Amino acid sequence: MPSHDVLIIGAGLAGQRAALAAADAGATVAIMSKVHPVRSHSVAAAGGINAALKPEDTWESHAYDTVKGSDFLGDQDAIEIMCREAPDELLHLEHIGVTFHRDEKGELGTRAFGGASAARTYYVADITGQALLHVLYEQLLKYHERLDRYEEWFTTSLLLGDGGACVGCVARDIRSGRMEVFNAKATILATGGAGQAWKPTTNGLVCTGDGIAQAYNVGAPLMDMEMIQYHPTTLVENGFLITEGARGEGAHLLNSEGKRFMEAYAPNKMELASRDVVSRAEQTEINEGRGVGPDGAGIYLDVTVVPRKRTLEALREIVNIGKDFAGVDITREPILIRPGQHYIMGGVKTDVWGATPLAGLYAAGEVACVSVHGGNRLGANSLLDTLIFGRRAGEHAAQRAGAMLMPSSSEAQLRDDVRVIDGIIARPRDGRRISEIKDELGTTMNRHVAVFRDADGLNTAHEIVRRLKEEAKTAYIDDRGTVFNQDVLGAIELGYMLEVAEAVVVAAIERKESRGAQFRTDFPERNDDEWLKHIDISRNGEDVPEVSYSPVTITRWQPEERRY
Amino acid sequence: MAEFTLKLRRYDPESGQPPYWDEHTIDLEPHRSVLEGILQAKARFDGSIGIRCSCRAAICGSCGVRINGQPGLACHTHLDKARASSQDGTTIVVEPMGNMPIIKDLIVDMDAVHWKKVQRITPWLINKEPIPEREYIVPHENMVDVTQTMACIQCGACVSDCLSMEVDPLFVGPAALAKAYRFVGDPRDAQQEARLRDLSEDPHGIYDCTHCFKCIDACPKGVAPMNQIMRLRRRAGSDFGIEDRNNGHRHEKAFVTNIRKNGLLHEADLLPDSYGGKLHPRAVPELLDSLPVITTALLRGKFTPAKALRHPHRKEFKNLRGYFDKVEGRDQRLELNLYITGYDEDAEPPADDTQAAPEQGEPGRAPEESPSR
Repeated sequence: MPSHDVLIIGAGLAGQRAALAAADAGATVAIMSKVHPVRSHSVAAAGGINAALKPEDTWESHAYDTVKGSDFLGDQDAIEIMCREAPDELLHLEHIGVTFHRDEKGELGTRAFGGASAARTYYVADITGQALLHVLYEQLLKYHERLDRYEEWFTTSLLLGDGGACVGCVARDIRSGRMEVFNAKATILATGGAGQAWKPTTNGLVCTGDGIAQAYNVGAPLMDMEMIQYHPTTLVENGFLITEGARGEGAHLLNSEGKRFMEAYAPNKMELASRDVVSRAEQTEINEGRGVGPDGAGIYLDVTVVPRKRTLEALREIVNIGKDFAGVDITREPILIRPGQHYIMGGVKTDVWGATPLAGLYAAGEVACVSVHGGNRLGANSLLDTLIFGRRAGEHAAQRAGAMLMPSSSEAQLRDDVRVIDGIIARPRDGRRISEIKDELGTTMNRHVAVFRDADGLNTAHEIVRRLKEEAKTAYIDDRGTVFNQDVLGAIELGYMLEVAEAVVVAAIERKESRGAQFRTDFPERNDDEWLKHIDISRNGEDVPEVSYSPVTITRWQPEERRY
Repeated sequence: MAEFTLKLRRYDPESGQPPYWDEHTIDLEPHRSVLEGILQAKARFDGSIGIRCSCRAAICGSCGVRINGQPGLACHTHLDKARASSQDGTTIVVEPMGNMPIIKDLIVDMDAVHWKKVQRITPWLINKEPIPEREYIVPHENMVDVTQTMACIQCGACVSDCLSMEVDPLFVGPAALAKAYRFVGDPRDAQQEARLRDLSEDPHGIYDCTHCFKCIDACPKGVAPMNQIMRLRRRAGSDFGIEDRNNGHRHEKAFVTNIRKNGLLHEADLLPDSYGGKLHPRAVPELLDSLPVITTALLRGKFTPAKALRHPHRKEFKNLRGYFDKVEGRDQRLELNLYITGYDEDAEPPADDTQAAPEQGEPGRAPEESPSR
């Protein structure tokens, strides 16, 4: 049985950063991922990474912007840490080889981003996530003697030891179908988000909420699950992301009257208000009949106002996306966009070291909820979140591992998981197809758990999700093989997505106010007296989410009215 | 909506059977991608179809395949274009990539080939010391320059159809060598010369490429791996004086000098000059080796002793040396880059155009049409 001090599940930015940090701290490390690390969805992050690095900028300003962006639901101690440590992390990335954009003096240059009071977003064209992910992977290769990589291994369960602590996981080698127990003193979840539970979504097909559901299933609490970010600019055509960098470079949003409607919603920041505000404004325009395109279901994003040469240099990827996936040359004509599911602010509840309340289990990145994003994440803060809390989790896990012996684990869970997988493969073809259930889930979530919500829609969604959970138990697959059986993994992923969706819906029903990404048309105001608190969701014995609350940490910024 | 026929190359390693063809009719808008077509077939008819994929937007690099024999990303090829390029005009044929072992269906073993080669080029920055307290100060242009190779998503499409690799499986190959340029072109790297020497002296290194352009055609991201290999060669030869053991570099030099001197190619000089001149010790065995060819050429009258000794200089080429002088007189090499650079996009172009923009792209040049579309 492979044994390591620190086991990291997920190899996007948070996972890779955690692995490098844990190795630097002297631990023996394994990093496991169901896809090759450079296929992780961090690769799709386009716009950049925030840090108050310029001499005239301050981390306090960055932190305040983040707190305000979170609609005061973010925990300010964690936000302070993230923003204070951002400049050093950025320089570290520069030193290991990220090819950040330079200004005329050869120093790091920035672009403007939403909800920020200064231009503090550092970037590599509009492939920042890709550049970061590939450079971190270069470092993984450099560390090949100190760090074991399990690429294309699918985690099926987290393992609990005798004392109830997490002692590793059970995983399946996708290529051979072999199942194995991985023993570890500390396990870090870095499995990303759950966007595939919505349809459409900007998220890749791999974003199925694995870590959130696995943690929830072994008793770790989830937090802020109702907070789902709809990105203001996704293609009407297919939900693909158009980076916020476009608006950062000066692009406008126009309604059917050709007006920059953001004037009415955020007169100061206009298109660069925070994402929840812009998405709501767009949806309002669409709902009130001022949308454009087929059925008036979209909004124009006009990039032609950005000098063409600048667009070609700094927004090249979306020039390609416009051309290849919407047939539009964005340097010549506006492109049809609308709000689309993009990010989940909530996740597995952790402290500022990434430690969950379950001993031995850590989480970092989108899977986690520290909570630095609260009700709404600022653009270019997610890359920062993955790296800062990935590193901190790696360091802390290594420290924990240094002070203990390898815990013992049994093969019981392995036998259970083998039985479950064999059971799925052997199911008779009389249930529904996995793909049908996944489709219905995605459509339901996008209809009822989106920009605007109300009790009726949420209750409907809840009923549907409960029904789909039942149907998933008998859903059948076609692949009977062991080598690269993606079909059976899809069935397990569907289970994960349904767990996450249920937690989201329950939390959204619970929060009877409007804050950040949660806008309840039946409770349209923010209500600090009753709801300035986190909603925690844990699994009780009967597979029903149980709601509890935890306080928001406020250090120096009292809640105030939020205007952009 | 329109119907499309997909013909997929399937292989089940557990069946003991050879690969086979599997046809599905799918129903999608014509501008949707081949990947979406395959995913529909998977969702509706057969969940056991194996293909790696995630982002669907040509960013994650998972879905490298061959479509109608051409390597590329399944998510980056429209169904209508794929049908138009199909052999019979109706059936879109999808196969796994080449040059790599097949694991199952459209899934190939990239670890066995692609990632091994990436590992070969020491794929991490070796920092110039001392590491500054803040960022390294480097020219804007250099960062834009290496961004073209940073744009590589490691999909393996270039590796799939690399002809040199087909002949020499040990060839480091287009993707890994493009990655090498990412370090050689990065001013923060301390080992540029050592990297170039290493990749020049390796018989499977940068001089193993035969300029077939297949990788440029295959690349969905405009990385143009062959161009990066040529830039590695130029850096090796011109900036560090590293000799190409294949003689290719000397041959090219002899060619250029020959034209400059004669206006038209003087073939009798070309061979010996490529080995350093008629009297160079390296040239003698080569000339002796070539005697049968020379004899045949003499017998057929391809050239005469008179022509060999006295090549006619053409008067009409008298301007030619001026062109050579002008090009060679430039301070820097002109390198075309995909990522357009510059700040003052709406400013007037500089008065003297010939002085402008070495080492950067043409201002305002549109991004290249991606060939796989």
